[in-house]
Amino acid sequence: MIQIQDVHKSFGDLEVLKGVDLDVDKGEVVSIIGGSGSGKSTLLYCINAIEDIQQGRIVVDEIDVHAKATNQNKLRQKLGMVFQQWNSFPHLTVLENTSLAPQIVLKKSKKEAIELAKYELNHVGLGDKFDVYPTRMSGGQQQRLAIARALAMRPDYMLFDEVTSALDPELVGEVLDTLRMLRDDGMTMICVTHEIGFAREVSDKVAFFHQGIIEEMGPPEHVISNPQKETTQKFLSKVLH
Amino acid sequence: MGISFFTPLSWNDSGFILTGVLNTIYISVLAIVVGTILGLIVGFLRAEANRFVNSLMGSVLDILRSVPLIIQLILFSTYIGAMGHPLNPFVSGSIVLSLYTMAFMGEVFRGGFESVQKPMIVTARSLGMSYWQALRYIRLPIGLRAVFPSWLGVALSVIKDSALVSVIGYMELLRTSEQLISRTQQPLEILIGVGIFYFIISYPLSLYGKYMERKMAI
Repeated sequence: MIQIQDVHKSFGDLEVLKGVDLDVDKGEVVSIIGGSGSGKSTLLYCINAIEDIQQGRIVVDEIDVHAKATNQNKLRQKLGMVFQQWNSFPHLTVLENTSLAPQIVLKKSKKEAIELAKYELNHVGLGDKFDVYPTRMSGGQQQRLAIARALAMRPDYMLFDEVTSALDPELVGEVLDTLRMLRDDGMTMICVTHEIGFAREVSDKVAFFHQGIIEEMGPPEHVISNPQKETTQKFLSKVLH
Repeated sequence: MGISFFTPLSWNDSGFILTGVLNTIYISVLAIVVGTILGLIVGFLRAEANRFVNSLMGSVLDILRSVPLIIQLILFSTYIGAMGHPLNPFVSGSIVLSLYTMAFMGEVFRGGFESVQKPMIVTARSLGMSYWQALRYIRLPIGLRAVFPSWLGVALSVIKDSALVSVIGYMELLRTSEQLISRTQQPLEILIGVGIFYFIISYPLSLYGKYMERKMAI
Protein backbone atom coordinates (compact mmCIF):
# COMPACT_ATOMS: atom_id res chain seq x y z
CA MET A 1 0.00 0.00 0.00
CA ILE A 2 1.17 3.51 -0.80
CA GLN A 3 0.20 6.23 1.68
CA ILE A 4 0.77 9.85 0.78
CA GLN A 5 0.20 12.20 3.68
CA ASP A 6 0.19 15.98 3.52
CA VAL A 7 3.07 16.12 1.05
CA HIS A 8 4.58 19.50 0.28
CA LYS A 9 7.22 19.94 -2.37
CA SER A 10 8.96 23.09 -3.58
CA PHE A 11 11.47 23.88 -6.26
CA GLY A 12 13.17 26.93 -4.79
CA ASP A 13 10.43 29.45 -4.08
CA LEU A 14 7.90 27.66 -6.20
CA GLU A 15 5.65 25.36 -4.20
CA VAL A 16 4.49 22.64 -6.56
CA LEU A 17 2.71 20.32 -4.13
CA LYS A 18 0.74 22.03 -1.37
CA GLY A 19 -0.42 19.24 0.86
CA VAL A 20 -1.37 16.12 -1.06
CA ASP A 21 -3.10 13.12 0.57
CA LEU A 22 -3.66 9.93 -1.36
CA ASP A 23 -3.88 6.23 -0.52
CA VAL A 24 -3.29 3.55 -3.10
CA ASP A 25 -4.28 0.01 -2.12
CA LYS A 26 -2.78 -3.15 -3.51
CA GLY A 27 -4.38 -3.99 -6.84
CA GLU A 28 -5.85 -0.55 -7.31
CA VAL A 29 -5.49 1.55 -10.44
CA VAL A 30 -5.34 5.26 -9.72
CA SER A 31 -5.27 7.87 -12.47
CA ILE A 32 -4.05 11.37 -11.88
CA ILE A 33 -5.37 14.02 -14.25
CA GLY A 34 -4.97 17.77 -14.34
CA GLY A 35 -3.45 20.65 -16.28
CA SER A 36 0.26 20.98 -16.92
CA GLY A 37 2.15 22.41 -13.96
CA SER A 38 -0.44 21.11 -11.52
CA GLY A 39 2.19 18.93 -9.82
CA LYS A 40 0.97 15.53 -10.90
CA SER A 41 4.25 14.29 -12.39
CA THR A 42 6.18 15.72 -9.46
CA LEU A 43 4.16 13.53 -7.11
CA LEU A 44 5.29 10.40 -8.97
CA TYR A 45 8.91 11.53 -8.75
CA CYS A 46 8.47 11.99 -5.00
CA ILE A 47 6.98 8.51 -4.56
CA ASN A 48 10.02 7.07 -6.29
CA ALA A 49 12.42 9.17 -4.18
CA ILE A 50 13.78 10.82 -7.31
CA GLU A 51 12.69 14.09 -5.67
CA ASP A 52 12.86 15.14 -2.03
CA ILE A 53 9.87 16.48 -0.16
CA GLN A 54 9.77 19.38 2.27
CA GLN A 55 6.91 18.30 4.49
CA GLY A 56 4.62 15.32 5.07
CA ARG A 57 5.48 11.74 4.29
CA ILE A 58 5.14 9.01 1.74
CA VAL A 59 5.02 5.43 2.98
CA VAL A 60 5.35 2.44 0.66
CA ASP A 61 4.63 -0.90 2.37
CA GLU A 62 5.60 0.48 5.77
CA ILE A 63 8.79 2.06 4.38
CA ASP A 64 9.06 5.81 4.81
CA VAL A 65 10.39 6.85 1.37
CA HIS A 66 12.25 9.96 2.47
CA ALA A 67 13.54 8.78 5.86
CA LYS A 68 17.32 8.96 6.18
CA ALA A 69 17.58 5.30 7.07
CA THR A 70 15.74 4.17 3.94
CA ASN A 71 17.77 2.46 1.26
CA GLN A 72 16.29 4.20 -1.76
CA ASN A 73 17.94 1.91 -4.30
CA LYS A 74 16.25 -1.01 -2.59
CA LEU A 75 12.96 0.85 -2.35
CA ARG A 76 12.96 1.59 -6.09
CA GLN A 77 12.99 -2.15 -6.76
CA LYS A 78 9.41 -2.19 -5.51
CA LEU A 79 8.40 0.71 -7.71
CA GLY A 80 8.62 0.32 -11.46
CA MET A 81 8.49 3.58 -13.31
CA VAL A 82 7.89 4.48 -16.94
CA PHE A 83 8.45 8.01 -18.18
CA GLN A 84 7.08 10.20 -20.92
CA GLN A 85 10.35 9.65 -22.77
CA TRP A 86 11.17 5.95 -23.01
CA ASN A 87 14.94 6.44 -22.57
CA SER A 88 15.94 3.13 -24.10
CA PHE A 89 19.58 2.34 -23.43
CA PRO A 90 20.91 2.81 -26.98
CA HIS A 91 24.04 0.69 -26.57
CA LEU A 92 22.13 -2.42 -25.52
CA THR A 93 19.82 -4.73 -27.45
CA VAL A 94 16.18 -5.05 -26.45
CA LEU A 95 16.96 -8.19 -24.48
CA GLU A 96 19.97 -6.60 -22.79
CA ASN A 97 17.95 -3.47 -21.97
CA THR A 98 15.51 -5.66 -20.10
CA SER A 99 17.88 -8.15 -18.46
CA LEU A 100 20.52 -5.68 -17.23
CA ALA A 101 18.87 -4.45 -14.04
CA PRO A 102 17.75 -7.92 -12.84
CA GLN A 103 21.36 -9.02 -13.22
CA ILE A 104 23.19 -6.18 -11.56
CA VAL A 105 20.53 -5.02 -9.09
CA LEU A 106 18.74 -8.25 -8.15
CA LYS A 107 21.94 -10.30 -8.67
CA LYS A 108 20.16 -12.88 -10.77
CA SER A 109 22.26 -15.20 -12.89
CA LYS A 110 22.53 -14.22 -16.54
CA LYS A 111 20.40 -17.18 -17.54
CA GLU A 112 17.67 -16.33 -15.06
CA ALA A 113 17.71 -12.65 -16.00
CA ILE A 114 17.36 -13.50 -19.67
CA GLU A 115 14.46 -15.86 -18.97
CA LEU A 116 12.78 -13.11 -17.00
CA ALA A 117 13.42 -10.55 -19.72
CA LYS A 118 12.12 -12.83 -22.46
CA TYR A 119 8.97 -13.48 -20.48
CA GLU A 120 8.24 -9.78 -20.00
CA LEU A 121 9.12 -8.89 -23.59
CA ASN A 122 6.77 -11.59 -24.88
CA HIS A 123 4.16 -10.22 -22.54
CA VAL A 124 4.30 -6.73 -24.07
CA GLY A 125 4.46 -8.12 -27.60
CA LEU A 126 8.15 -7.66 -28.35
CA GLY A 127 8.93 -11.37 -28.57
CA ASP A 128 10.39 -10.97 -32.06
CA LYS A 129 12.72 -8.08 -31.17
CA PHE A 130 15.18 -9.60 -28.67
CA ASP A 131 18.35 -8.83 -30.63
CA VAL A 132 17.25 -5.54 -32.15
CA TYR A 133 18.74 -2.25 -30.98
CA PRO A 134 15.97 -0.02 -29.64
CA THR A 135 16.92 2.95 -31.83
CA ARG A 136 15.63 0.91 -34.74
CA MET A 137 12.16 0.67 -33.22
CA SER A 138 9.13 2.96 -33.19
CA GLY A 139 8.26 5.09 -30.17
CA GLY A 140 5.40 2.77 -29.28
CA GLN A 141 7.68 -0.25 -29.35
CA GLN A 142 10.30 1.55 -27.29
CA GLN A 143 7.69 2.56 -24.75
CA ARG A 144 6.55 -1.05 -24.47
CA LEU A 145 10.20 -1.99 -24.03
CA ALA A 146 10.41 0.53 -21.19
CA ILE A 147 7.40 -1.15 -19.57
CA ALA A 148 8.92 -4.62 -19.95
CA ARG A 149 12.23 -3.32 -18.59
CA ALA A 150 10.48 -2.03 -15.48
CA LEU A 151 8.40 -5.20 -15.10
CA ALA A 152 11.48 -7.42 -15.27
CA MET A 153 12.41 -6.05 -11.84
CA ARG A 154 9.20 -7.66 -10.56
CA PRO A 155 7.96 -4.45 -8.90
CA ASP A 156 4.95 -4.36 -6.60
CA TYR A 157 3.78 -1.06 -8.03
CA MET A 158 4.00 0.65 -11.38
CA LEU A 159 4.17 4.40 -11.83
CA PHE A 160 3.35 5.77 -15.28
CA ASP A 161 4.23 9.36 -16.05
CA GLU A 162 2.31 10.50 -19.15
CA VAL A 163 3.61 7.50 -21.04
CA THR A 164 1.68 8.26 -24.22
CA SER A 165 2.27 12.01 -24.40
CA ALA A 166 5.39 11.83 -26.55
CA LEU A 167 3.95 9.27 -28.95
CA ASP A 168 2.54 9.78 -32.42
CA PRO A 169 -1.24 9.43 -32.19
CA GLU A 170 -1.34 6.16 -34.10
CA LEU A 171 1.04 4.55 -31.59
CA VAL A 172 -0.89 5.50 -28.45
CA GLY A 173 -3.25 2.53 -28.74
CA GLU A 174 -0.63 -0.20 -28.46
CA VAL A 175 0.79 1.32 -25.27
CA LEU A 176 -2.62 1.80 -23.69
CA ASP A 177 -3.42 -1.83 -24.56
CA THR A 178 -0.31 -2.85 -22.66
CA LEU A 179 -1.48 -0.87 -19.63
CA ARG A 180 -4.93 -2.48 -19.83
CA MET A 181 -3.26 -5.86 -19.85
CA LEU A 182 -1.31 -4.96 -16.72
CA ARG A 183 -4.48 -3.90 -14.99
CA ASP A 184 -6.04 -7.25 -15.88
CA ASP A 185 -2.96 -8.93 -14.37
CA GLY A 186 -3.83 -7.19 -11.11
CA MET A 187 -0.88 -4.78 -11.07
CA THR A 188 -1.16 -1.81 -8.73
CA MET A 189 -0.71 1.28 -10.85
CA ILE A 190 -0.61 5.04 -10.60
CA CYS A 191 -1.04 6.65 -14.01
CA VAL A 192 -0.48 10.33 -14.61
CA THR A 193 -2.30 10.76 -17.89
CA HIS A 194 -3.94 13.08 -20.37
CA GLU A 195 -5.96 10.23 -21.82
CA ILE A 196 -9.22 11.01 -20.06
CA GLY A 197 -11.16 8.26 -21.83
CA PHE A 198 -8.55 5.75 -20.80
CA ALA A 199 -8.60 6.99 -17.22
CA ARG A 200 -12.37 6.64 -17.07
CA GLU A 201 -12.20 3.13 -18.44
CA VAL A 202 -9.44 1.57 -16.33
CA SER A 203 -9.30 3.45 -13.05
CA ASP A 204 -10.68 2.49 -9.67
CA LYS A 205 -10.01 6.02 -8.55
CA VAL A 206 -9.33 9.29 -10.33
CA ALA A 207 -7.60 12.26 -8.71
CA PHE A 208 -7.90 15.67 -10.30
CA PHE A 209 -4.88 17.86 -9.54
CA HIS A 210 -5.16 21.61 -9.57
CA GLN A 211 -2.45 24.03 -8.45
CA GLY A 212 -0.65 21.56 -6.23
CA ILE A 213 -3.57 19.96 -4.43
CA ILE A 214 -6.05 17.22 -5.17
CA GLU A 215 -9.15 19.20 -6.00
CA GLU A 216 -11.45 16.25 -6.47
CA MET A 217 -11.03 12.51 -6.05
CA GLY A 218 -13.24 9.46 -6.39
CA PRO A 219 -14.41 6.79 -8.79
CA PRO A 220 -14.25 7.84 -12.46
CA GLU A 221 -18.01 7.88 -12.80
CA HIS A 222 -18.01 10.73 -10.31
CA VAL A 223 -14.88 12.71 -11.07
CA ILE A 224 -14.93 12.40 -14.83
CA SER A 225 -18.58 11.80 -15.70
CA ASN A 226 -20.13 13.93 -13.02
CA PRO A 227 -17.60 16.34 -11.50
CA GLN A 228 -18.75 18.47 -8.57
CA LYS A 229 -16.08 21.19 -8.51
CA GLU A 230 -16.04 24.00 -10.99
CA THR A 231 -12.30 23.70 -11.68
CA THR A 232 -12.75 20.04 -12.57
CA GLN A 233 -15.65 20.82 -14.86
CA LYS A 234 -13.65 23.54 -16.58
CA PHE A 235 -10.63 21.30 -17.07
CA LEU A 236 -12.70 18.44 -18.43
CA SER A 237 -14.66 20.63 -20.79
CA LYS A 238 -11.36 21.85 -22.19
CA VAL A 239 -9.86 18.41 -22.76
CA LEU A 240 -12.98 16.49 -23.69
CA HIS A 241 -14.88 18.81 -26.07
CA MET B 1 90.06 11.45 -54.49
CA GLY B 2 88.91 13.40 -51.42
CA ILE B 3 88.19 11.95 -48.06
CA SER B 4 84.49 11.99 -47.15
CA PHE B 5 83.38 12.67 -43.59
CA PHE B 6 80.02 11.27 -44.43
CA THR B 7 79.10 7.61 -44.68
CA PRO B 8 76.00 6.79 -46.72
CA LEU B 9 72.91 5.17 -45.33
CA SER B 10 73.25 1.39 -45.20
CA TRP B 11 71.46 -1.68 -43.91
CA ASN B 12 73.67 -1.47 -40.82
CA ASP B 13 71.57 1.51 -39.76
CA SER B 14 68.33 -0.46 -39.63
CA GLY B 15 68.86 -1.51 -36.02
CA PHE B 16 69.31 2.14 -35.04
CA ILE B 17 66.18 3.20 -36.93
CA LEU B 18 64.23 0.35 -35.39
CA THR B 19 65.22 1.59 -31.93
CA GLY B 20 63.81 4.96 -32.89
CA VAL B 21 60.58 3.41 -34.15
CA LEU B 22 60.16 1.32 -31.02
CA ASN B 23 60.90 4.27 -28.75
CA THR B 24 58.29 6.38 -30.56
CA ILE B 25 55.72 3.61 -30.16
CA TYR B 26 56.75 3.10 -26.55
CA ILE B 27 56.37 6.71 -25.42
CA SER B 28 53.21 7.29 -27.51
CA VAL B 29 51.41 4.25 -26.16
CA LEU B 30 52.42 5.13 -22.63
CA ALA B 31 51.19 8.73 -23.00
CA ILE B 32 47.92 7.61 -24.63
CA VAL B 33 47.22 5.02 -21.92
CA VAL B 34 48.14 7.23 -18.98
CA GLY B 35 46.54 10.30 -20.58
CA THR B 36 43.33 8.38 -21.24
CA ILE B 37 43.07 7.09 -17.68
CA LEU B 38 43.83 10.49 -16.13
CA GLY B 39 41.62 12.18 -18.73
CA LEU B 40 38.71 9.93 -17.79
CA ILE B 41 39.07 10.93 -14.15
CA VAL B 42 39.48 14.62 -14.97
CA GLY B 43 36.58 14.55 -17.43
CA PHE B 44 34.32 12.85 -14.90
CA LEU B 45 35.25 15.30 -12.15
CA ARG B 46 34.63 18.24 -14.45
CA ALA B 47 31.24 16.91 -15.47
CA GLU B 48 30.26 16.37 -11.82
CA ALA B 49 32.03 19.13 -9.90
CA ASN B 50 30.55 22.47 -8.92
CA ARG B 51 31.42 25.63 -10.77
CA PHE B 52 34.29 26.69 -8.48
CA VAL B 53 36.22 23.40 -8.62
CA ASN B 54 35.46 23.27 -12.29
CA SER B 55 36.94 26.62 -13.17
CA LEU B 56 39.99 25.82 -11.06
CA MET B 57 40.59 22.57 -12.94
CA GLY B 58 39.68 24.28 -16.18
CA SER B 59 42.42 26.88 -15.87
CA VAL B 60 45.12 24.29 -15.17
CA LEU B 61 43.96 22.30 -18.17
CA ASP B 62 43.85 25.45 -20.28
CA ILE B 63 47.51 26.11 -19.52
CA LEU B 64 48.47 22.57 -20.47
CA ARG B 65 46.51 22.85 -23.68
CA SER B 66 47.60 26.33 -24.68
CA VAL B 67 51.36 26.36 -24.01
CA PRO B 68 53.19 24.68 -26.91
CA LEU B 69 54.29 21.18 -26.02
CA ILE B 70 57.88 21.90 -27.01
CA ILE B 71 58.07 24.69 -24.42
CA GLN B 72 56.51 22.50 -21.73
CA LEU B 73 59.08 19.80 -22.44
CA ILE B 74 62.05 22.11 -22.24
CA LEU B 75 60.77 23.98 -19.18
CA PHE B 76 59.98 20.80 -17.30
CA SER B 77 63.21 18.97 -17.97
CA THR B 78 65.43 21.99 -17.31
CA TYR B 79 63.52 22.98 -14.20
CA ILE B 80 63.61 19.49 -12.72
CA GLY B 81 67.31 19.29 -13.59
CA ALA B 82 68.00 22.66 -11.98
CA MET B 83 66.18 21.53 -8.84
CA GLY B 84 68.80 18.82 -8.54
CA HIS B 85 66.64 15.91 -9.65
CA PRO B 86 67.69 15.32 -13.22
CA LEU B 87 65.41 12.80 -14.89
CA ASN B 88 66.36 10.88 -17.97
CA PRO B 89 64.72 12.18 -21.15
CA PHE B 90 62.32 9.26 -21.36
CA VAL B 91 60.91 9.90 -17.90
CA SER B 92 60.51 13.67 -18.26
CA GLY B 93 59.19 13.21 -21.78
CA SER B 94 56.61 10.64 -20.63
CA ILE B 95 55.43 12.83 -17.78
CA VAL B 96 54.96 15.93 -19.91
CA LEU B 97 53.44 14.11 -22.87
CA SER B 98 51.05 12.19 -20.59
CA LEU B 99 49.84 15.34 -18.83
CA TYR B 100 49.49 17.10 -22.16
CA THR B 101 47.42 14.17 -23.44
CA MET B 102 45.39 14.16 -20.22
CA ALA B 103 44.43 17.81 -20.77
CA PHE B 104 42.95 17.05 -24.19
CA MET B 105 41.41 13.72 -23.19
CA GLY B 106 39.84 15.36 -20.14
CA GLU B 107 37.83 17.69 -22.35
CA VAL B 108 36.90 14.85 -24.69
CA PHE B 109 35.57 12.71 -21.85
CA ARG B 110 33.83 15.60 -20.15
CA GLY B 111 31.87 16.06 -23.35
CA GLY B 112 31.09 12.35 -23.30
CA PHE B 113 29.78 12.35 -19.75
CA GLU B 114 27.72 15.45 -20.41
CA SER B 115 26.25 14.01 -23.59
CA VAL B 116 24.30 11.47 -21.55
CA GLN B 117 21.09 13.28 -20.64
CA LYS B 118 19.83 13.34 -17.07
CA PRO B 119 16.55 11.50 -17.82
CA MET B 120 18.58 8.53 -19.07
CA ILE B 121 20.35 8.35 -15.72
CA VAL B 122 17.11 8.87 -13.77
CA THR B 123 15.64 5.95 -15.71
CA ALA B 124 18.58 3.76 -14.74
CA ARG B 125 18.24 4.81 -11.11
CA SER B 126 14.50 4.15 -11.20
CA LEU B 127 15.34 0.51 -12.01
CA GLY B 128 17.14 0.32 -8.67
CA MET B 129 20.67 0.91 -9.94
CA SER B 130 23.01 2.72 -7.57
CA TYR B 131 24.81 5.88 -8.66
CA TRP B 132 27.92 3.86 -9.51
CA GLN B 133 26.02 1.14 -11.34
CA ALA B 134 24.29 3.73 -13.49
CA LEU B 135 27.70 5.26 -14.18
CA ARG B 136 29.35 1.97 -15.01
CA TYR B 137 26.61 0.38 -17.11
CA ILE B 138 24.79 3.33 -18.68
CA ARG B 139 26.63 6.61 -18.56
CA LEU B 140 30.15 5.42 -19.29
CA PRO B 141 29.39 3.15 -22.25
CA ILE B 142 27.02 5.63 -23.89
CA GLY B 143 29.37 8.56 -23.29
CA LEU B 144 32.45 6.70 -24.53
CA ARG B 145 30.73 5.73 -27.74
CA ALA B 146 29.76 9.31 -28.37
CA VAL B 147 33.32 10.60 -28.05
CA PHE B 148 35.25 7.72 -29.57
CA PRO B 149 36.08 9.60 -32.81
CA SER B 150 37.46 12.55 -30.82
CA TRP B 151 39.45 10.21 -28.61
CA LEU B 152 40.97 8.67 -31.70
CA GLY B 153 41.88 12.09 -33.06
CA VAL B 154 43.72 13.00 -29.86
CA ALA B 155 45.51 9.63 -29.78
CA LEU B 156 46.71 10.05 -33.37
CA SER B 157 48.02 13.53 -32.73
CA VAL B 158 49.88 12.29 -29.65
CA ILE B 159 51.84 9.87 -31.84
CA LYS B 160 52.91 12.77 -34.03
CA ASP B 161 53.50 15.13 -31.09
CA SER B 162 55.81 12.55 -29.54
CA ALA B 163 58.39 13.69 -32.12
CA LEU B 164 58.84 16.82 -30.01
CA VAL B 165 60.27 14.79 -27.14
CA SER B 166 63.43 14.64 -29.26
CA VAL B 167 64.26 18.19 -28.12
CA ILE B 168 65.08 16.97 -24.63
CA GLY B 169 67.22 14.15 -25.96
CA TYR B 170 64.91 11.13 -26.10
CA MET B 171 66.08 8.84 -28.86
CA GLU B 172 62.80 8.45 -30.70
CA LEU B 173 62.19 8.21 -34.41
CA LEU B 174 62.77 11.86 -35.30
CA ARG B 175 65.97 12.15 -33.28
CA THR B 176 67.45 8.97 -34.73
CA SER B 177 66.72 10.31 -38.16
CA GLU B 178 68.33 13.67 -37.36
CA GLN B 179 71.48 11.88 -36.29
CA LEU B 180 71.46 9.80 -39.43
CA ILE B 181 70.97 12.89 -41.54
CA SER B 182 73.97 14.62 -40.00
CA ARG B 183 76.07 11.56 -40.69
CA THR B 184 74.85 10.70 -44.16
CA GLN B 185 73.72 14.06 -45.53
CA GLN B 186 70.77 12.28 -47.15
CA PRO B 187 67.87 14.25 -45.63
CA LEU B 188 65.42 13.57 -48.43
CA GLU B 189 65.54 9.78 -48.29
CA ILE B 190 65.64 9.71 -44.53
CA LEU B 191 62.78 12.13 -43.92
CA ILE B 192 60.60 10.35 -46.46
CA GLY B 193 61.43 7.11 -44.69
CA VAL B 194 60.59 8.61 -41.31
CA GLY B 195 57.30 9.93 -42.65
CA ILE B 196 56.45 6.46 -43.86
CA PHE B 197 57.28 5.03 -40.45
CA TYR B 198 54.97 7.50 -38.68
CA PHE B 199 52.27 6.54 -41.14
CA ILE B 200 52.84 2.84 -40.48
CA ILE B 201 52.58 3.46 -36.74
CA SER B 202 49.43 5.58 -36.96
CA TYR B 203 47.54 3.79 -39.70
CA PRO B 204 46.60 0.66 -37.71
CA LEU B 205 45.07 2.93 -35.10
CA SER B 206 42.98 4.68 -37.76
CA LEU B 207 41.90 1.32 -39.11
CA TYR B 208 41.01 0.17 -35.61
CA GLY B 209 38.99 3.36 -35.22
CA LYS B 210 37.06 2.74 -38.41
CA TYR B 211 36.42 -0.82 -37.34
CA MET B 212 35.16 0.25 -33.91
CA GLU B 213 32.96 2.98 -35.34
CA ARG B 214 31.36 0.49 -37.67
CA LYS B 215 30.90 -1.95 -34.83
CA MET B 216 29.31 0.69 -32.62
CA ALA B 217 27.09 2.18 -35.31
CA ILE B 218 23.67 1.03 -34.24
